[in-house]
Amino acid sequence: MAIDTDKNSYTVIFAALMVVVVGSILAFLASALRPNIEENERFEKQQNILYAMGVHQNGDDAGSVNFIPTDKVEGEFKNYIKEQLVIEGDKTSANEEAYLIDLKKQLAAKKKGLPYKLPLFIGEKEGKKFYILPMYGKGLWDAIWGFVAVDDAMTVQGVFFDHKAETPGLGANIKMRYFMDDFSGETILKGTQYAGISVAKGNNDPLNKTKDDNEVDALAGATITGNGVSAMIKATVNLYKPFLETIRAK
Amino acid sequence: MGLLTKKDASLILDPLADNNPITIQVLGICSALAITAELKASVVMAVSVMFVLGAGNVVISLMRNIIPSKIRIIVQLIVVATLVIIVDQVLKAYQYELSKTLAVFVGLIITNCIIMGRFEAFALANGPWKSFLDGIGNSLGYGVILIIVGFFRELLGSGTLFGIPVLGDPIEKTGLYATGYENNGFMIIPPAALIVVGIIIWVQRTKNPALVEEN
Repeated sequence: MAIDTDKNSYTVIFAALMVVVVGSILAFLASALRPNIEENERFEKQQNILYAMGVHQNGDDAGSVNFIPTDKVEGEFKNYIKEQLVIEGDKTSANEEAYLIDLKKQLAAKKKGLPYKLPLFIGEKEGKKFYILPMYGKGLWDAIWGFVAVDDAMTVQGVFFDHKAETPGLGANIKMRYFMDDFSGETILKGTQYAGISVAKGNNDPLNKTKDDNEVDALAGATITGNGVSAMIKATVNLYKPFLETIRAK
Repeated sequence: MGLLTKKDASLILDPLADNNPITIQVLGICSALAITAELKASVVMAVSVMFVLGAGNVVISLMRNIIPSKIRIIVQLIVVATLVIIVDQVLKAYQYELSKTLAVFVGLIITNCIIMGRFEAFALANGPWKSFLDGIGNSLGYGVILIIVGFFRELLGSGTLFGIPVLGDPIEKTGLYATGYENNGFMIIPPAALIVVGIIIWVQRTKNPALVEEN
């Protein structure tokens, strides 16, 4: 039996059927895989937070990023992260699940003038305290995010950046060690102002020896991603300014 | 009888040279420019496209007699998008690290004109086995160009291959850099890919004048 594939009714029925079939395949797949995916995302967040405070398995060479393996990360996260705080207006409370707060949603709520929560993590390693702030911003194509760890004097102890869809080989290199490592030792203060850290082109310091200039060397060919990183750090620092002030006052 | 007849073999081999999707058919140029700043990304993209094009060609070929011609492009798009999303979700659940690497390529694969081009030009008119071979052949041809371009751009632009420094350290001035050599920053921006592809096309047409169009 030959089907007349040019008929309008056939076209409409075919389209409707295709939508139903494809829709159910994808819906089934998404709900079947959700628990696994969520667990992976949870481990990833813990790995990223620990990475920012310097708990990782990186070698001494400036090679690849090596996280704490997923099977150990939960234990290590409990070991190193002493406090998880949620800042809501002027109130600060402890919350064991603060790391699961989706910063994107909170920032969207802030934009609309609704109440919002800011997570913050206090880690301790070898007797030293780390204050780890989550960051969220815009790159060239899509979202970028990360974590920055500072000490009581507002010196950066480590950062972690990640991105959704920056260009491979260019903007995507913000998650490379040679970029992230440059931030360690920089200060987010300029005098008494919270200036953040800029990703600067032509700062004449490619080896990043000057640590008090609030600048790190940019990635060639990734200007907009770099500007996004600068803006993200600045926004985060401003967002957490009231809390950071209380740490410095201590 | 071998696994492949002569005709089948040419489906795989032709796109590698005289019917190359990038240099002859001029398909998939956008991704060839976007992601070839480093070799690793080129290889990942080549493998991903091979999977999607191979599988997509088979699916479209199996459906070729029932697809209404008025909406065939939309149907093709849905098939590609579904395949890509399925792979992405499965990787996210079981190979999370790998899925992070591939995430940026997902959008680029769906919109890659090679895929739509081969569906339209080949799979709609041929059987599944031939379409599968055509898909593999074209993605190999695409991958070869991607890897050549990635190789030169990463080597000349960053002095590395697969992220490993091969020419010495540009900041400490060791290896080749001690002689005054500098990385060419131009190579890592997209226009450089256009020039490299242009040179490949030039070399290819010089070697095989039959490919040159008459004016």
